[in-house]
Amino acid sequence: MSKASDTWLNANTFHHSAFWDLLKLIEEKERKNLTISLCIPTLNEANTIGKEIVIFKSELMTRYPLLDEIAVIDSGSTDETRAIAASFGADVYLDEEILPEEGNKRGKGENLWKAIYQLKGDIIVYVDADIKNIHPRFVYGLVGPLIYNETTQYVKAFYDRPLAFSQGIRPSGGGRVTEILVRPLFSLFFPELSAVIQPLSGEYAVRRQVLERLAFPIGYGVETAHLLDIYRQWGMKAFAQTDLDRRVHHNQTTIALGRMSFGILQTFLSRMEKFGIIKDLAEVSRIYRHFEAQDRSYRLNEKTIQEEERPPMIEVAAYREKFLTAS
Amino acid sequence: MVGEADTAIASILSQAVSHRKGAGRLKDILLANLVMVGEIPAETCKEEKRIRFVMDRFRECGLDKISTDEANNVLSVLPGREGGESILVCAHIDTLFDGAVDHNVKVSTESVEGAGIADNSLGVAVLCTLPTLLQELGVRLDADLILMGASQSLGRGNLRGIGFFLDHHPGDIKAGVCVEGVDLGRLSYQSIGMLRGEIVCRDAKAASEGHFAGGAIGALSEVVRWMERIPIPHRPRTTINLGAVHAGKSFHLPAARGGLKFEVRSEQSGFVETLQERLKEIVSQVAWENDVELELQVIARRRNGGIEFGHPLTAAAKQVMERLKITPEVRPSVGELSSLISKNIPGITLGITERAPSPESSEAVRIEPMFSGIAQLVAVLQAIDGGVCDVEGK
Repeated sequence: MSKASDTWLNANTFHHSAFWDLLKLIEEKERKNLTISLCIPTLNEANTIGKEIVIFKSELMTRYPLLDEIAVIDSGSTDETRAIAASFGADVYLDEEILPEEGNKRGKGENLWKAIYQLKGDIIVYVDADIKNIHPRFVYGLVGPLIYNETTQYVKAFYDRPLAFSQGIRPSGGGRVTEILVRPLFSLFFPELSAVIQPLSGEYAVRRQVLERLAFPIGYGVETAHLLDIYRQWGMKAFAQTDLDRRVHHNQTTIALGRMSFGILQTFLSRMEKFGIIKDLAEVSRIYRHFEAQDRSYRLNEKTIQEEERPPMIEVAAYREKFLTAS
Repeated sequence: MVGEADTAIASILSQAVSHRKGAGRLKDILLANLVMVGEIPAETCKEEKRIRFVMDRFRECGLDKISTDEANNVLSVLPGREGGESILVCAHIDTLFDGAVDHNVKVSTESVEGAGIADNSLGVAVLCTLPTLLQELGVRLDADLILMGASQSLGRGNLRGIGFFLDHHPGDIKAGVCVEGVDLGRLSYQSIGMLRGEIVCRDAKAASEGHFAGGAIGALSEVVRWMERIPIPHRPRTTINLGAVHAGKSFHLPAARGGLKFEVRSEQSGFVETLQERLKEIVSQVAWENDVELELQVIARRRNGGIEFGHPLTAAAKQVMERLKITPEVRPSVGELSSLISKNIPGITLGITERAPSPESSEAVRIEPMFSGIAQLVAVLQAIDGGVCDVEGK
């Protein structure tokens, strides 16, 4: 690790306990006249959404007014997700009803992108809906660095709570896709970015002034694209990361991770071409292929994974009218 | 005096319905407390993490007299306007679920589900919410309110937590209210006589090849046959419940060890003591006839007692329930109330909500009735504070 990365790591890596004093955090937030919105993107999350809303509303709105808004942006759940979230006081939106003139695309990135238009906060914090051990730290740990440090634009979560380890040094990092795909790619082309411990984590907080200038892949590549674009435009000083201890959720199958990797690679390659690092990249296939076997019979499954992108929100006329005209 | 009390209860009843609305306004805080309490395992005698959480919640409510005692109870005092007298509100901290069970809590539109949610995570959540709730409702009692999370209540815990507290608390307690998650309408004001025990069998010869006796299982079966022959009165109500058996390890060897867990409950004063003597005789006889060691281990005992049906506290609780359209269901208790009764402290046990359907491995409670259950608790506390227990004295 280079000295610069070491310096960045030491200065920009936090533990959520550094922000436990919510009264102090709120005082600073109010002093800086900031508003904060929580966005929870959902698709059939009836098992966990109720708990998330109840905890965040009680602890971060009613008891301690850190959040100004809790919103669920739903991709058309067929279970009780929207009804449950609304019954506990969240603002619930169907993604297709936000900016209908822009059409509707399927993917989590679509919800995140439309949230920029729908939500009103100066800071938007995104938290996934499938977290079983939800706790207020998932929010205050991420907004803390943004409230205290005006240089910081984007705070990413990582999770590092070893259950037992006998020696002083232990391996630490992200999940399988991070360690097998993303970190090797970052190490090859953007070594500084490999200091981000869990680049694919779905929990992060961002200032609106940055979010509105980011293009949004609507699928698996959204987090990777954000890191690359922010790094390119604002440099490492814009990033911070917070250890949120532990995240309990359902693990994905290897096949699902293969599809995710395929989407991320598309995004990565398109950014490489856009940044001029790779030239004359041939048109690549958007069909992901994997095998299924029964006895001695093999079958090739094909699935189209097209990483479409939404433009920076600031380029959308309705957004400019809503936010920039007023300001 | 009686006229003053009547006026006081009339005023309290008139507030009960608005208490329910006030409790509803704190729905998110109550449910968040329920989720956070419910996700901390608290098997009997392993309640430390849950106790720390309750202490933190009390601290966040601005309470300053927060402590734990030698029995691991968590305590705090909400000072009254006048002080001097104290009212106890307690909820047992422990649950029947051990730490290996998934304690993930699921919140749906109408219910909350999780291990130990009904018994008694909801009671503890209400205890944690009570200071905020009283503030929201603008209710300030004259007496000090002692908030107590009682440890070591269930099973082999045998009410050790509240027992220790009552043995060592220096001041007088005017009355006590025990809070249980379920069932709404529950009104307990008497302790039922109870004996909870285990008959343990050891057969030293069982491990020998060619040993044709029945081993521990055979001996315990014999005990069960004798227990079934004990005449049980229908009135006053009496039950002998055979709760659990464990014995043996394999197909081909008789069991060397075994145990039979049982519980006797009786409304008839003195019956439990008589039955204990009969069980001792059975154990001696079966041990001698089967050439095994048998031991009767008493895990918990409760004596009959309590306040009367017509006691003003009971009457006030029933009036409050009626005003809130809660149907009272009178039933005796073997929980914390027994300890209050044994110290001649007037007390009742109240339930907060109704059970909801749940898988066998879990528990679920309905959300909407919780607000009636909480309003009922506040109104009863006001009634005690207003002097219902003073009318008849202790």
